[in-house]
This record gives sequence, structure tokens and C-alpha cells, in this order.
Amino acid sequence: MLAYIGRRALLAIFTMWAISVLAFVIIQLPPGDYVTSYIAQMASMGSVVTDEEAQNLRIQYGLGQPIYVQYLKWVALIAQGNFGMSMEWRRPVTEVIGERLWLTVVVSVAALILTWVLALPIGVYSAVRQYSVGDYLATFVGFIGLAVPNFLLALVLLYLGFVLFNAHIGGLFSPEFQDAPWSAARVWDLLKHLPIPALILGLAGTAQQIRIMRANLLDELRKPYVVTARSKGLSETRVVLKYPVRVALNPFASTIGYTLPYIVSGSIIVSLVLGLPTVGPLLLKALIAQDMFLAGTIVLMLGMMTVIGTLISDVVLVWIDPRIRLEET
Amino acid sequence: MARRDVALDPASAPVHEPGSLAAAGQRIFVASQWQLMWWRFRKHKVAVASAVVVAGFYLAVLGADFLAYADPDASEAQRSLMPPQRIHWFDGWRFSPHVYAVTGARDLQTFKRVYRADPSQKIPIRFFAEGFEYRFLGVVSTTRHLIGVDPGLDAAHTIFLLGTDVQGRDLWSRLMYGTRISLTIGLFGVIVSLVLGVVLGGLSGFYGGIADTVIQRIIEILRSIPTIPLWMGLAASLPRDWSILQVYFAITIIISLLGWTELARVVRGRFLAMREEDFVVSARLVGCSEMRTIFVHMVPSFMSHIIAATTLALPAMIISETALSFLGLGLRPPAISWGVLLQQAQNVQTVAISPWLMLPAVPVIVVVMAFNFLGDGLRDAADPY
Repeated sequence: MLAYIGRRALLAIFTMWAISVLAFVIIQLPPGDYVTSYIAQMASMGSVVTDEEAQNLRIQYGLGQPIYVQYLKWVALIAQGNFGMSMEWRRPVTEVIGERLWLTVVVSVAALILTWVLALPIGVYSAVRQYSVGDYLATFVGFIGLAVPNFLLALVLLYLGFVLFNAHIGGLFSPEFQDAPWSAARVWDLLKHLPIPALILGLAGTAQQIRIMRANLLDELRKPYVVTARSKGLSETRVVLKYPVRVALNPFASTIGYTLPYIVSGSIIVSLVLGLPTVGPLLLKALIAQDMFLAGTIVLMLGMMTVIGTLISDVVLVWIDPRIRLEET
Repeated sequence: MARRDVALDPASAPVHEPGSLAAAGQRIFVASQWQLMWWRFRKHKVAVASAVVVAGFYLAVLGADFLAYADPDASEAQRSLMPPQRIHWFDGWRFSPHVYAVTGARDLQTFKRVYRADPSQKIPIRFFAEGFEYRFLGVVSTTRHLIGVDPGLDAAHTIFLLGTDVQGRDLWSRLMYGTRISLTIGLFGVIVSLVLGVVLGGLSGFYGGIADTVIQRIIEILRSIPTIPLWMGLAASLPRDWSILQVYFAITIIISLLGWTELARVVRGRFLAMREEDFVVSARLVGCSEMRTIFVHMVPSFMSHIIAATTLALPAMIISETALSFLGLGLRPPAISWGVLLQQAQNVQTVAISPWLMLPAVPVIVVVMAFNFLGDGLRDAADPY
């Protein structure tokens, strides 16, 4: 069991390293650097940056040195908790990202929880009442959920909310709480706004989980031990819930690893459509302005978040599944 | 490890020409693998219907300029944001499809352009009408389009089946051209992924050992990274002055760089399952070279699985392109793709006033669903034994 978790942790570290390199490469790819775009920006506002000034800026940001030196510098700074300055905002990156990262976490986790809360009962129902109207309905909604890209779903819901209820369903806070300090009222406001983005983000995952749950449970229900339990006179609820559901739950947990990156990924683009104050809109802006430290930090943090989430799901899986827990490797 | 599916039994390998006198039951024993797959696939009605839909979309890709009736880039402020027109199929009792002429005026209170249909002016829709010049299938120069109006009519007397965008460009025609780009980008993307997937998955499955471990870890790492931020980063770094064609291929490659993992997984699984099969072992014992063993004996027997996996990978490619272009990081105007068209629908206010700008979402959803059902059907049929 420890060996298993150790292996997963090692892989997670590798993944983090890969993500950091990728994030850095992305930042380095565009032609020109911050200084060139800064000069262009100043020029558009009518002021001129002298060569000397430009040179000073380059030195200040270490832009002249070889790439690997810049990478190591970047990593070393991150290790100290210094993520650099956002050149666009002229403030430390951590300050710019601020609570947006936590809101991203909140939205993603909410989507994940909703996925489970919806998929578990619907999946069980679909399997137990195979080929019933409800089963077909779940299948149909599931296929819609898989086929409609989440940002389109967000767009359609936004439109329907606007036309039918004349209400703006986007955002995570009501206007009066937008910039308010944290309080119980603000948290409650956040919770009220959370279901719609969570539903949009979680629908595709839910659809998939329903299919998985249904298929696994159907396999389990045909096994002899279920027949035995039934012939011994257990109530139908007990027959289903006591063992088959527990066994079918396994693959369910192991897919979090693949669901989480998908949700985090989707949260970026859905946030843009719904105007959620997550890191999504910030990332798009930073990339367009070539604000390298900010963009890099966001990509890095999103990646880390996913890796940590996946690692947690691995540990949960060990806890649920005795076959992994007791394996001697 | 790998699932051991029922593998191809050498005894029942492709045997052609079923004896014409054989009974219906015996046909199954002598049918070739592809024939069995076709029989199995045919039973999956939804998949067959989806195949028709997909074929229809790719026909539209070929004949986009024939189906469009207006130059997709021709803009005119006079007809900005026109709502879709209603087609009247009958004039009295006579079949004569027509639309009403539309007059636009500015509402002096809201400063919006409002359009009013004028039932007294009927504009007949002509089939195989003259329009702008193009090359059909890239070869034959022609001016014929599926539908159109009589030549020489002014802007107020043309058709707008799906309305127009802010710049007064015809949405239907733009949608046709967008279909061409969105669906081919998916196709090229999936081909690149397929090459990567077959080579890496093949290496992994055929040789095993260190190659397998390394490739599997790479796949796991790639799958645990959220893709959209990465794509955004890569796409944003494309030089702004690149031509449409350069951006097109760059986007294709960016999308497929992260999209090959699932295909590699399928190929690896097949190789693992088949490596120890009798017919592969005997091929090796007879002295076939490695290349020959792989490409003559192994690949044909799991070709069908690859086709199914490819079909299932395509919708993800299409959605990726749409998402990137929607964000303004993928294809950029003047290129037209579904994502580029949907960019105009980003703003709720705009959409609330002109909901038809959301119409490009419909083909995205239809084609993604069709590919999913088709892929499911193919996967079920892939192993007919």
C-alpha cells in the first residue's frame, strides 16, 4: 500500500516538473519578450522608451540570459514562494491572482461533488431499472451532456436566463458582494451562485460517470451472490446497496484522476463565458499581453492543483479498494 | 494489464467468395471479417443514421461553395444583424419557394436597425442560380449555386436564410465555409494523433520493457494536465502575422500533440493482446522480419479497432478547435470556422438581441453526437467474433 502511494507520489512529482517546464516553454515561445510589448504599448500611448531604458528593463527581468538560466531562476524563486511580478499589473503575481485561485478551486470541487451526487443515484437507478423510461431519459441527457461543449452550454443557459427570467445567471457574487470583504453573507451569496457553473462544468463528467456506474452495476447484479442474497429474502434495497453498489463504486473513484483535469480545464473557458472571477479570464488577458510571469504562474498552479487532486483520489482509492491496499508490491 | 479480447482466429481469416449455394447460416462461417463487421454494424440503427449524418457533413465540406449562395466575406452595413428570413414554400397553391423583401430602417429611439418584411414584394428562390464565381471541388470554375435569387437584384432583395452578422455577412454562407475548416481541421488533427498514437503505442506494446514504461508514464503525465490552459498558452504564442494556412496547421498540431494518448492506449492494448497469439508467433518462427510481422500480420487484424478509436477521437478535436477559436486564440478572422463564428455570440447582450448568432452551435453539437454514436457502433462491430 505504501509502495503504491509512493509510486503515485513519485509520478506526481514528475508531472509537476513536466508542467513547470511546459509552463515555462509556453511563456518563452512567443517572439519578442515583455520589453518589446511594453515598448509597443508605450508607443501606442504616445510615449517613447529609450534604448537605455529598455536595456535596464531587460536586465531587471533577467531576459538577456540563456533560457535554462531563466528557467532555474524562475523555479528557485517559486520555491521561495516568490512568483515574480506581473508586468502588466505592476504588482506581485500572487497578489493579482489572489482569491481567484481559491474560487477556481471552489468551483472545480463543487463541480466534482455535484458530479458524484448526481451520477451515483442516477447510475444506480439506471442499472436497477434497466430499459425503463427513466433509464432512457438518463441516457439521453447523458449523451447531450457529452456532446455539448460546456462553454456552449453556458452560453445557451446564459441566453435562456436572460430571455426567460431577465436575470443574469453568470458571476459568482451578487453586485453588492463583488468586492466586499469575506463574511457569512458573502459565503452564502457564493453558495447561491455556485450550482449553475458547477452543473455546467460537471455535466459531461456526470454523463460519463452514469454510464460507468450503470455498466458496472449491471455486471455485478448478474453475479450469483446477488441471486443468493435475494433468495435468502433480503429486501431489494439491501440486496442492491449492500454489496453490488459498493463493488461498482470502485472504478467510479479511480476515474477522478481523469475527471479533475477535465473540469479544471473546462472551468477556464466556462469562466470566460459566465464571467466568473476565477483565474480563467486572467489567464486569457495575461497570454494576450504576454505577461509571462502571470501566465506561467496560472498554468503552473492549475497543473499543480490537478496533480494534488489526482493524488488525493489515488489515496482515496487505496482506502476504498482492499485489492490495492493489501497488494504486496 | 491488457484486456485479452477474442483475437482473430487464423482458421477463419478472410475467406472470400461464399459458395453461392451455401445456406444462410453457413454464410457466417465463410464471411470475411469486414463482412461480419458490416452485418454487426448494420444492426446498430442509430450508428447507421449517424454515419449518414457524418457523410452529409463531409459532403458539405466538399461542396461548401456550392451550398453557399453569398460571398462569405461580402459585408454591407445596410443589412447588419438581419434576422433569419422565413421561406414561404407555396404561392397560393403553386409550389414556388420565395421570401419577402426586407426593408431596414433605424429606430430613432433605440438606434437599432429594425427590419420589416414586405409581403407585397416576393423574391423567388431559384435553384441552381447564378452567383459568385468559384471552383467546384477546386477544379471546375463555375457560378452555379444550389439556391440563389435572380441576378441583378440589390441588397434589399436577396435571401438570408439564417440572418446576417454585425457586418451584414450572410450567416448561412459563412456557416458552410466554417464547416469546411472546422471539419477538416478535426480530420487532419486526428491523422497526426493517429500517427503518433500508432507509433508510440506500437513501440510500447510490441517491445514492452523500458520503452513501455517510459511511454506509459508520459501518457499518464499528459492525461493529468489540464489541456485548455496549455492549448491557450501554445496557441497564444503563434506569431500574429502568420497566414491563415500557417495558423491552421499550427492549431492542428497543437491539438493533436495532446490528443494522441487515447489512441496510443488502444493500440498498445491490441499489441499486448496479440503479441503472443499463435499466428503472430508462427509468423515470427517462419522468419518474417519485424516490420512484416507488424504491418502484414498484426496491424490488419486490429485495423477495425483503430478506425473505431479514431472516430471517437474526432469530436474532441472538433470541440478543441471550436473552443480555441471561440476564445480568440485559435483561428482568427478572416478565417471562418465554427469557433470563429461563435465568437460573435460571446456577449449575452448581443445574443439576446440577435439569437441567431448562436446557430453555429447547432452543427457543432450535431456532428459531435453523430461521431460519438458512429464510433460506438464501430467499436461494437470491430470485433465480430
